[in-house]
Amino acid sequence: MMPLLAVEGVSKSFGGVSANRSVSVKVGEGEIVGLIGPNGSGKTTLFNSIVGFHPVDAGSIAFAGREITTLRVPRIARLGLLRTFQQTRIYSKMTCMENMAVSAPNRGVRLRRMLSRHPPEVADKSEALLEFVGLYSKRFLRAGDLSFGQQKLLEFAMALMNEPRMLLLDEPTAGINPTLINGLIDRLQRANADLGITLFVIEHNMRVIMNLATRIYCLAHGELLAEGPPEAIQTDQRVVDAYLGAS
Amino acid sequence: MTGVGRTAADGASRRFVVLCLVIGAISIIAPFVFPAIVKQLSIFWVMVIVAYTWDTMGGQLGYNSFGNIVFFGAGLYISAIIQIAPFTNMRAYTAAGEQGSALALSMGQYLGGLAPGLIAGALMGFALAFAFGFVILGLRGHYFAIGTLALGIFIAQIFANWEYVGAGSGITMPDLPGRGRASDQDKSLLFYFLCFALAAATVVFLRWLYATRFGLAINAIRDDEDKAEAMGIATTLYKVVAWSVSGFFLGICGALYGNIVRFVDPEETAFDGPGLGVWMVLMAVLGGKGSLWGPLIGAVLFHATKELLWTYLLGFQNIALGLLVVVIVVFFPEGIMGWIRARWPRLFGERVDLGAQSEAAR
Repeated sequence: MMPLLAVEGVSKSFGGVSANRSVSVKVGEGEIVGLIGPNGSGKTTLFNSIVGFHPVDAGSIAFAGREITTLRVPRIARLGLLRTFQQTRIYSKMTCMENMAVSAPNRGVRLRRMLSRHPPEVADKSEALLEFVGLYSKRFLRAGDLSFGQQKLLEFAMALMNEPRMLLLDEPTAGINPTLINGLIDRLQRANADLGITLFVIEHNMRVIMNLATRIYCLAHGELLAEGPPEAIQTDQRVVDAYLGAS
Repeated sequence: MTGVGRTAADGASRRFVVLCLVIGAISIIAPFVFPAIVKQLSIFWVMVIVAYTWDTMGGQLGYNSFGNIVFFGAGLYISAIIQIAPFTNMRAYTAAGEQGSALALSMGQYLGGLAPGLIAGALMGFALAFAFGFVILGLRGHYFAIGTLALGIFIAQIFANWEYVGAGSGITMPDLPGRGRASDQDKSLLFYFLCFALAAATVVFLRWLYATRFGLAINAIRDDEDKAEAMGIATTLYKVVAWSVSGFFLGICGALYGNIVRFVDPEETAFDGPGLGVWMVLMAVLGGKGSLWGPLIGAVLFHATKELLWTYLLGFQNIALGLLVVVIVVFFPEGIMGWIRARWPRLFGERVDLGAQSEAAR
């Protein structure tokens, strides 16, 4: 079966720094796949390459059987491949409800659609998803007034609002308090199981990623170091060395 | 304000209609109560329009434009050409400059030139904003601001050297016929009501626009353009359309303004970057960027202050105006509406709602 996301030999360098060297990754429909690696190993660069944030130097990227290597960010997002940001990004001066409404899918760019109001279903769905992430009571507050952890949850709800086929999550639990993390893992799994959203997750919290992912890729110094199920990755000597520093 | 959150929107609609009726009634009575200052009142509505159209870019979209004056000036010039050229030799008329007498037209000719002039102004403003938008709106933040500043200077220079439209010495606009003395035109109700109608149309149109998907999307671009792109919003198109809307209303506004001041000069009326081009920013910032009533409040305060300063502090008016700017920036960085919103957020529907639905997690 064809994978939903196929990254083939992607390289990207910034000046003299080679951030990704011939990285190949495959994510199947419905999977939850992890991406780990020490700081500066090129995880976020790989995400940026996939979503079209910058052009790649070499290699190709396909989503749902379609070549997307040279497409730009909004175009790829409209195909249903969405990313969240490491530094949480929400629309700070808009209320949570407005943040949600503006995230409703924009599949076609047509003037009449642009100049129409959101149908009531959008408000219903916004409320349901805010309830889902536990922000229902905060829905009329400006997003910028929420705490960092709440903004992270809002960003996740906004991503779900967009009805993506696949979500690239860049450190979804960073900065979230430990008691909330379990709730977030549970929600990620429900989004995957109930809504059928494929997840590709960068995560530094090993407990989270080992619980969440069925398969993990490990990057180090811009190259793919290892790939396999969580148990195998955990005990892989190369991965341990990369994190702790081999002699 | 944006239609998300249904009960709040209904209340806001009722409030909007009531406010509009009150302001409309005052505006219709005003020129009859103060017949001596009809011209000032007309210019007040011009101020309102430029403040609102600036706010579409600076407040709602978050792109601080110093080039909006271009669409104003272009509308002014195209209308001047259409109002004069069909009735006389344009080149000879402009060559005579201020020494020549103003063109005398019949009422039919006058209105027959004015109507297409206003329409052409609108189209010109729209088309220029659309064309420049694709080039300049690729710039962000300060780069965009500087780019638009350069655009204003560039266009002003072109007109200042274009002999057909009088180059640096300008054009005298035709007199409004049926009046004995030109000074009567100052009291012209025609332009007062045209300006008022345009201002009202601008506010009502923008209020509707801001409540559509388009309105939310440009707010999203203001708050975080990268995020908006990552969520699939075709940002360039939205930005260009927002500027074109500004350009459309500014084009008509410029055309009206030329007829009110009756003398078109490239640097002091049409492309008055250091004057009107900056005032439109000040008014929106003073009233509160990105709010529906902010530009109106800003225009009232600014125009009143400015007229009083010019009358009572002549010679020091620019110093006083500068002080006003400092006071705004220091004490009301978010403008008056922003200050009110920060103090009484509940007035704007910001509230914690511990409603019937339980929280899945806290």
